Amino acid sequence: MSDMPEKFINEEGLRLDGRQVNELRPLKIEVGVLKRADGSCYLELGQNKVVAAVYGPREIHPRHLQNAMETVVRYRYNMASFSVDERKRPGPDRRGVEVSKVSREAIGPVVLKEYYPRSSIDIFVEVLQADAGTRTAGINAASVALADAGIPMKGLVSSCAVGKVDDTLVLDLMKEEDNYGQADMPIAMVAKEDKITLLQMDGHLTNDEFKKGLEMAISGCKKIYEVQKKALIDAYS
Amino acid sequence: MIDKEVVVPGDFLSDDPSMAGVGTFVENGKVFAQVYGILESRDRLRVISLGGKYVPSPGDDIIGNVVDFSLSSWKVDINSPYGADLHISEYPQRVDFGDMSRYIKVGDSIITKVTRVDNEKRVDLTLKGYDLRILRGGRIIDFFHTKIPRLIGRSGSMINMIKEESKCAIYVGQNGRIWVNGEDDKMALAIKTIKKIEKEAHTSGLTARIAQFLEDER
Repeated sequence: MSDMPEKFINEEGLRLDGRQVNELRPLKIEVGVLKRADGSCYLELGQNKVVAAVYGPREIHPRHLQNAMETVVRYRYNMASFSVDERKRPGPDRRGVEVSKVSREAIGPVVLKEYYPRSSIDIFVEVLQADAGTRTAGINAASVALADAGIPMKGLVSSCAVGKVDDTLVLDLMKEEDNYGQADMPIAMVAKEDKITLLQMDGHLTNDEFKKGLEMAISGCKKIYEVQKKALIDAYS
Repeated sequence: MIDKEVVVPGDFLSDDPSMAGVGTFVENGKVFAQVYGILESRDRLRVISLGGKYVPSPGDDIIGNVVDFSLSSWKVDINSPYGADLHISEYPQRVDFGDMSRYIKVGDSIITKVTRVDNEKRVDLTLKGYDLRILRGGRIIDFFHTKIPRLIGRSGSMINMIKEESKCAIYVGQNGRIWVNGEDDKMALAIKTIKKIEKEAHTSGLTARIAQFLEDER
């Protein structure tokens, strides 16, 4: 669709879509969109559209996965074949399995697992439209869906990416910045407790850039947390 | 609606750990919300969940569906992540092995009591006790289990009002199953009322509104 732009940041310091370097894309969260799921959430982050569904706690199948002491959290991240410009072959692939794993580990630590031994909590995240940062969008949606399902948790997980284009750190990469940028670093954290549960990095950042980028991503997560919280409260008033 | 605040997991509630009630957790001497729900602060801080599954605890009176049986026990679905066992010795009469389906068949619904729940949430039931029986006739509807206190009302005011108005027998299981038995149109009214309560459980002045609703429907 689009080739590499000549410049990512114009003279006024604005990005391709007119955002400031530390500005998030517009975020919209809707709670309880799926009737048959125990908890669900629809989330739009810029051009990203994801839907998350939570089932459980429920009986675990296959049975050998069950844990007598605590519940098992399972997470499936899946991109719809029509979610990207070039049709994606449907089904799990190398990338999908990896994103599922890191997302599960980003969400898992907040779930109070000991309340439901021998059961499973199944999280399904479907990406309907992708525009860079789908794993962070998925984690944000999954965490709201878990709360909607009434699952006991220590807090909500919020997630956000920071990257580097034109030697400048920018928050919440969009597709062009992700594809042709110099670095991409998604993080997930419990915004209330300042505890990071996911940190990945792709590309090159210097030590100072990393520290500054982390600060930017943390402030982004805190903004997202406020939107998540508001969506949940508004759903019941 | 001022006394009803919606909280999300991780919300700070209090500095006093002795105030911690259901739906909260204590960390570093501070109380936080553990589920998404409505904060109640009468004597203790409690968060009433707006979602979640029923988890059995001993003494609960519930409605179960018999789904299977083994050599010595019936397997009962209790609307929970965990199945439950009703051992033949917990049937009010003596039951011979291999003769179990004469007494309770697969597909029957029973009013039963939880006797024991172990660490791994294995659940035992009994049919010995007041009001515990096999259900014949009537209809069973699902209700959201954390909203049951609203359906019953203060010392049964709400449920008694529905019983009186609809002339139905109603049994409310703590696992969120409700058995209603009566004339067809009366039963429909009772179910309609119960569904309305479920939808509006988090609002105040509910009993008065339901009384009005029953008045209008008469």
